[in-house]
Order: sequence, then structure tokens, then C-alpha cells
Amino acid sequence: MKARDQWVAFMTIVTKEIRRFTRIWPQTLLPPAITMTLYFVIFGNLIGSRIGDMGGFDYMQYIVPGLIMMSVIQNSYGNVVSSFFSTKFQHSIEEMLVSPMPPHVILTGFVVGGMVRGMLVGLIVSLLSLFFTHLSMQHLLITVTVVILTAALFALGGFINAVFANKFDDISIVPTFILTPLTYLGGVFYSIDLLPEFWRTVSLANPIVYMVNAFRYGVLGVSDVNVYASLAAICGFVVAFYLFALWLLRRGTGIRH
Amino acid sequence: MSALTIRNLTKTYANGVQALKGIDLEVQKGDFFALLGPNGAGKSTTIGVVSSLVNKSGGDVSIFGHSLDTQRSQAKMKIGVVPQEFNFNQFEKVFDIVVTQAGFYGIPAPLARERAEKYLRQLGLWEKRDKQSRTLSGGMKRRLMIARALVHEPELLILDEPTAGVDIELRRSMWDFLTRINQEGKTIILTTHYLEEAESLCRNIAIIDHGTIVENTSMRALLEKLQVETFVLDLARPVETAPVLEGFDVVLRDAQTLEVAVPKTQSLNTLFVALAEQQFEVMSMRNKANRLEELFVRLVEQNLPGEKA
Repeated sequence: MKARDQWVAFMTIVTKEIRRFTRIWPQTLLPPAITMTLYFVIFGNLIGSRIGDMGGFDYMQYIVPGLIMMSVIQNSYGNVVSSFFSTKFQHSIEEMLVSPMPPHVILTGFVVGGMVRGMLVGLIVSLLSLFFTHLSMQHLLITVTVVILTAALFALGGFINAVFANKFDDISIVPTFILTPLTYLGGVFYSIDLLPEFWRTVSLANPIVYMVNAFRYGVLGVSDVNVYASLAAICGFVVAFYLFALWLLRRGTGIRH
Repeated sequence: MSALTIRNLTKTYANGVQALKGIDLEVQKGDFFALLGPNGAGKSTTIGVVSSLVNKSGGDVSIFGHSLDTQRSQAKMKIGVVPQEFNFNQFEKVFDIVVTQAGFYGIPAPLARERAEKYLRQLGLWEKRDKQSRTLSGGMKRRLMIARALVHEPELLILDEPTAGVDIELRRSMWDFLTRINQEGKTIILTTHYLEEAESLCRNIAIIDHGTIVENTSMRALLEKLQVETFVLDLARPVETAPVLEGFDVVLRDAQTLEVAVPKTQSLNTLFVALAEQQFEVMSMRNKANRLEELFVRLVEQNLPGEKA
């Protein structure tokens, strides 16, 4: 397949994915907007006003970057895991498998579709946060880079989850039992410097800590960890996940007899 | 030129079932080819391998000279597949399904929309273009899969049970459509359980059973192998006993119905003359079973384990 044809095929998948999640916007775009607004009201305004400063910022300002990141993570992952599993479940994956599209086009198409949803929800949450606090942008390039890489990483995670999933229950296990706990314990609501030494060290094993802090550095200019080491680690994970997902797709794991 | 060449194709599933035991098959360009076999014979596995939905265990498959192993992309461009089960997104609109499929083949959106309109009109689905596919009837869904398989204008179209569950009128219109596109030059491979369909549409035929090809010849040559054909005759008046006719086996099914086995060496004229001599007036006549069906059953029975000569 020529490069031009591959581009058309890639854009077809991305367009299809965007059409899918915008068609069901009450399930995909509205819930994170409502949930995050509740977080802003409850944690930011009501409880946050009693907590005081954190990391040199008022509590609302401190948690906003983490909550934006949480939205990006959950929605990038959720989009790809549900969309790809649903194409498997309905057998419409066969439409792609019979076509001359190479596996990397299929994979990249789904991942970019998930990234678009993750970043769109991130944008919606960012705009909503402006009703509650003031956000400045300290390092625009780092902010954008972290969002793109994180969205890509979790979109890939969602893809891998969907490849191995055999029933709908299988696509909610990872988000419920791994992703959500890691996100809540990933420094979204607190600085890990507040933790006792042991738990701070344990927290450093949580990859989401690096993403949240790198993003917080981009927005507020403060971080609990080394930002450039975080970026390098995220890049490494993205490459590893991409290669693994591509290998699964080439092999036909979960989709081909 | 060969549209499809299969050499020593084998497939063993993870559970140990050997679905294909080294089949060879060749379908010429422009042919209308039937691939028949009982359930579980290996038809769908063969189609699955050719359409890249099933990984083969061994052997080679080429489509218009392009190997599926080394020239996968070129081979896939040449083939369109209409599967047995509905395999489109039930929530997408009819038009979007066809346009999206074109996109998967690298066809730019304006041309994809043009082609989608062309094939949806040809298959009588244009009025349904904005409907979600799940709202279509079974027959419409089958036609949608044909439109989708044609949108990249493949040279080889493979249809796995295309008329299953389709009413007679619609089945006839699908036959007309397939005949027309075959006459326009498209090679068609068809699997079906309706042997009448295979007999009336296809020029060449392969019968697969227990993962091996048990017959591969022209439809004409195959039908010539039928030594005895059974006809059902409806009589004008009731009779008490079956007539004795030399050279024919006659059974009285009920007072006004005869079943006559006619050997290939006897002509029907002889039969009617003999009946007329004994004052039997025949009002109508039909085949007891489709001719291909009679042959098919015999070939498959011969291939049963333990019954081989």
C-alpha cells in the first residue's frame, strides 16, 4: 500500500473514531465534565479552602493540573479499549483485516483516535477549571508534550487491554483495579513530599506520579520529581507499548484464528 | 490467468482440529465458481485464509499472481469478501459503513462517496443510506455487505453463503446482480447450501469434505456423472398400483403420484410412451431432488470415514 493510501486509511480510522465518540457524547464527553466540576466544587472550593496552600499555590490551583491529567488518562484509555473491543465483539475488525492496511496504520489510527478524545476532554476540563481558578502556563512546550505522550501511552494501554479482552468485564478490570488507584495515589490531590519517607519512595514506583508532576510543572512550574527524567520515562514506555501492541496485531492475537 | 491459486493449504486450529489437510484449488479469471461442502468441511476456513482472517498452518495462496505471504497488500487489493455472519458496526449508518470501507483501501473520500452511491443504488439500498445498519432487514444487511465488498472494485469477489435467510424474490434479484457483475468480468467464488443456486449460477465447482477436495471439475462434467435421476409425476386420475415399466424403477407414492428413477441411458420419451400405453396420463413432472444435490450427497457419503473404497 502506497504512503498516500496509508494516509487515507489512517485518516479514515481517526475520523471514524472521532465520529464514534462525538455521536455518543453524553457517554463520552459529558460525564468527565460533570465529574471534574464536582471535584472542583468539593475538593477545590469546599475542602480546599480549609487546606490552604500546597506547593506554594492555593489548593484549587494545585489540584487542577492533576485533574486535567486524570481526565486525559481515563479518556484516552477508555476510548481505545471500548472501541477496539467493540470492533472485535461485533466482528467489524474483519473490515480492517481483509483490507490491505498494514498493522501499524490500524494501531496508529486507533491510538490517535483515543488521544483526540483524551485531549479534547482535557481541554473541556481545563476550560471548566477557569470558572474556579486562574491558570497560568509556565512551560507551554512541556505541558503540550506531556499531554500528548500521556494520551498516547494510555491509548496504547487501552489497545493492549482490548486485544486480550474476551468479554466486556475484561475491559473494566484494568481501569477499575489498576488505573483508578494509581491515578488517585499519583499525586493528583497532594504533593508526595507530604508523605512519610517510606510511602514517598513507594509512590515513586507509580508511573502516573511522573506524568502528573511533569504536567504540573508545565502549568505551575512546580514538581515533586525530575521533569526531564519523567519525559524520558514516558517516551520509553510509549515506544515499548507501541512495539508490543504492533507485535500483537501482526500476530493476530485475539483477533485472528 | 488464475484468479486464485491454492497449493497444499493446511490449517490446524489451536484445539488440534485439522480443518484443512492440504487442499489444492485453482479458479480462473472470470469464472463463477462454487465451493460446496457440508457444515464443518473446511469451506469457511479456506475463505478465512484467503481473506486473511485465519492464519494458515502451511501452503501457499496467490490472488491474481500475488502471494498472500510476500505481496499481501497487492493480493488484498484484488479481493472482496462477503462473509457469512454480519460483521459491520450495527450503530453506524449504511452510507458511512461503505465509505469507511473504501477508506481502508486508501480510496479518497470524494471517490469513496461516489462509489458508495453507485453500489448502494445498484443493490437497492440508496434510500436506506442514512439509517443505522441495525435497523435493516436480514436481506438488506446481506446486500450492504455486498456493496461494502465491491466498493474498492476488486477483481475477485468471494461470497460465503450470501443468500442464507434471504427470501426467494430477493435471492433471485441477488442472483441476477451476481450474474451481471460476473458477465462484466468479475471472478466470483460462492459457497452456498442452496445447491440449486450453485447449479444455476456456477460454471465450475469444487466439493470439500473433511478438509480435502473430493471433487473439482466443471458443473457440466459433474452433472454428467449423475447416472440416475428421480422424477415425481403427478397423474390425472388416481390409480391403485404402480405400472411396471421395463428399464425404470417406479414407486407409487400415493394414488396420484409416481416416483420414477430414470437411468441416464433411458430417454424420457421412452418413459412417456410406456406410460401412455398403459393409460397413465401425466399432468406435471418435477425432479425429486436438485440434480446437484443428489450428486453432492453421494460424494459426501462416499467420503465418510470407514466408507471409502
